[in-house]
Amino acid sequence: MQTSTIVIAILVLGTIAYRLGRRRSLAVVGGPRGISQLHSLPGYYGLLTAVWCALPALGVLGAWHLLDQRVIVEAVLAHMPGGVQALPADQQGLLLNDIKNVVQGNVAAGDVAPAVVAAAREWQRLDTLSRIAAAVLAICVGLFGGTLVWRRITPQLRARNKVEWIVELNLLLCSMIAILTTIGIVVSVLYEALQFFRMVPVTEFLFGTKWSPQMAIRADQVGSSGAFGAVPLFTGTLLISLIAMVIAVPVGLFSAIYLAEYAHRRVRTVAKPLIEVLAGVPTVVYGFFAALTIGPMLRALGQSLGLTVASESALAAGLVMGIMIIPFVSSLADDMITAVPQSLRDGAYALGATRSETIRQVVLPAALPGIAGGVLLAVSRAIGETMIVVMAAGLSANLTANPLQAVTTVTVQVVTLLVGDQEFNSPKTLAAFALGLVLFVATLLLNIVALQIVRRYREQYE
Amino acid sequence: MSDASAVRARTTQQKVAATLRRRYRAERRFRALGVAAVAVGILFVVFLFWTIIARGYTAFAQTYIQLDVSYSAEELDPSGNRAREDLEGANYQALIKAALREEFPEVTERAELRKLYALASSAAELTLRERVLSDPQRIGQHERIWLLAKDQVDMLVKGQVDRSLPEAQRNIDDQTIGWIDRLIAAHQVEKRFNARFFTAGDSREPEQAGVGGAIAGSFLTLVITLLLSFPIGVAAAIYLEEFAPQNRLTDLIEVNINNLAAVPSIVFGLLGLAMFIQFFGLPRSAPLVGGLVLTLMTLPTIIITSRAALKAVPPSIREAALGMGASAVQTVMHHVLPMAIPGMLTGAIIGMARALGESAPLLMIGMVAFIVDIPKGFTSAATVLPVQVYLWASSPERAFVERTSAAIMVLLAFLLIMNAAAVLLRSRFERRW
Repeated sequence: MQTSTIVIAILVLGTIAYRLGRRRSLAVVGGPRGISQLHSLPGYYGLLTAVWCALPALGVLGAWHLLDQRVIVEAVLAHMPGGVQALPADQQGLLLNDIKNVVQGNVAAGDVAPAVVAAAREWQRLDTLSRIAAAVLAICVGLFGGTLVWRRITPQLRARNKVEWIVELNLLLCSMIAILTTIGIVVSVLYEALQFFRMVPVTEFLFGTKWSPQMAIRADQVGSSGAFGAVPLFTGTLLISLIAMVIAVPVGLFSAIYLAEYAHRRVRTVAKPLIEVLAGVPTVVYGFFAALTIGPMLRALGQSLGLTVASESALAAGLVMGIMIIPFVSSLADDMITAVPQSLRDGAYALGATRSETIRQVVLPAALPGIAGGVLLAVSRAIGETMIVVMAAGLSANLTANPLQAVTTVTVQVVTLLVGDQEFNSPKTLAAFALGLVLFVATLLLNIVALQIVRRYREQYE
Repeated sequence: MSDASAVRARTTQQKVAATLRRRYRAERRFRALGVAAVAVGILFVVFLFWTIIARGYTAFAQTYIQLDVSYSAEELDPSGNRAREDLEGANYQALIKAALREEFPEVTERAELRKLYALASSAAELTLRERVLSDPQRIGQHERIWLLAKDQVDMLVKGQVDRSLPEAQRNIDDQTIGWIDRLIAAHQVEKRFNARFFTAGDSREPEQAGVGGAIAGSFLTLVITLLLSFPIGVAAAIYLEEFAPQNRLTDLIEVNINNLAAVPSIVFGLLGLAMFIQFFGLPRSAPLVGGLVLTLMTLPTIIITSRAALKAVPPSIREAALGMGASAVQTVMHHVLPMAIPGMLTGAIIGMARALGESAPLLMIGMVAFIVDIPKGFTSAATVLPVQVYLWASSPERAFVERTSAAIMVLLAFLLIMNAAAVLLRSRFERRW
């Protein structure tokens, strides 16, 4: 039985409960004429019944499906011939994968060991059983809840208040999801990162200068000791972000100044959205642009000047990232500049200042805190940007400040470590979470500081 | 006294007059810098789009070659009983090989024959198979038929191979070029609209690869994202804007929302991997998980825009409803929400557009797998448009470059439509109070 069918069944049940509840509320006061004796409108009695019928049922169904796969796995493993339970976790995982493949029909049953086929049968049996049990349980709970409320319907029942209480509770729960997400991020990233730090000391990770996360498969392999010093990644990230800011801040700031202070309104209505188009372009497009257009272009340019430019140079990635961030800087700076009260400008003009003098000596100093906050937000954007650097920056962890060489960044390493097969017990996979933790903390701090600055500034002129 | 002030006034005037030209020059310079910045910004936009379109528009046409295929009975159906299983499993490649040999009878050497056979795509076999299965009467007959050409042929016909390069530096040799030129001269080569590009799934062969599977995957992922993030986001916005008391919890929620809006998207990918896949055991590469991750990512945007939409509803509406005896919930549900819905929808569309262009978190949860089939459901393996772009961009074949650009054009077209819808919605329903 499909889960969607059960959900639809529960919703149908809820609709029926609504009608029954409504009808009963009218019945207890002797038909539509007695409606004034009811505390709430009849619809609210219906809603209360429906909510008590459908919500618990859906809750039970959801909880069941969150947990049933793990129980099934345990049961299937327990059923398999002896020795399986004693296998190490990764081999058990492989075996489970085989079984899953048979269950999903990706592999013909004839190609695998009979024990696996038997386990797959067992899995299917348990899965069907679990679905039926979930359906029966959910519908029973729904019927029980619905009946409970239905029987309690009296003219005195404050149905509207109860329904509204439930509505408000649900609204609160929905807004709590933001907190849950943060907790989820912190817990999941921190948990794996702590496991990583159990294998690699924090100091080595934060201050080591050698990064080569490939672990040796054989003991005698060359250069595969697995070094996890993340300093080259941090410097690479900062280098690319710096290049990006060098592009984005002047261009963004000056275009904001021009559009806010000088441009004719008609120019502004055309040029501003046109620049903001850059903000709507997916980052993967920038990555493609950097890797296939800007990268080779810089390389050819470097060759004609006698410079050796790496084909995946930091400059190409930084340049394109700068282009991406221009609209971000310009629209924030625009907001800040237009928020400066006109009276300040008028004062400066009255003293005989030219427009540019007014802007440089009055408007910009007044808007500076806000712009600084905006630039900090842009930096956190640049640090966390992934696709451009994955496609255009290299994988080699060079500790260099030369923008013509290839560097790698935190996000690139997170992606390379996690794309493909992961083993959650090897430092290689866990290192990605440690990097993710650093990224999360760094951007969080930047954002908090930036938002504080921006907010304080906005209040100043409001 | 009056003399002294007159002198001072003159000197001030002189001072101003002396510096005025310099100041005006500075003014012009400053202004020119502003114009230059705007011009640079616009130039980047134009350059970006121009490179993509210039590289990609050719992918919307695909090269076909016309061959004289004979559906030989002894090859397809040696037993002669026209059994469907026999016809399904028959060797259609042999028909194409025979047709090519017939076209170029002078080619006999093995190595050369192999090059000759590489003119037609392996998808051509499927075309023949379909034709035979749909009408078994064709067996034993001849047919002149247009068949999909291999990507190297396609590149040559589109002029993307530099013929002046020495042979060793091209991936297509002189002999093959000679054959293709002969076909062209005989009008047996044709470029047709590439409908396959929009319907087919991914493929290792550039000429067979399409964005159909990725579009389906994006659609399924966005359905999940929209179904979850819109109701939850609107509910959260209603709570925060209309019901939340001033307390610690509310502050905490607001701080969280603001910070989540600026968390790098890749961190959401880590969350999805550790939480949904590792802990809850949801399937990898599935639109379901992708939708969940994108939901968490777009929620802050939707909450923030929905709150702005609620704020725009004037308080007098609320006061009037409350004054008529409506409860707080009734006021919101019956009066405030209906007025705020257009603004909320606009925000939701913009959030969906962002989600459609997002790829980094989806790499984490395995939506980068090479998937040929078009996904059928929320739990089947799938990829999405931006990730397809990423995958093709890292493919070495020359022919994938134009496909990547074309896929980007498709992606940008969808984004354009969504944003236009948002603008339209806003201008249509925006109310000034």
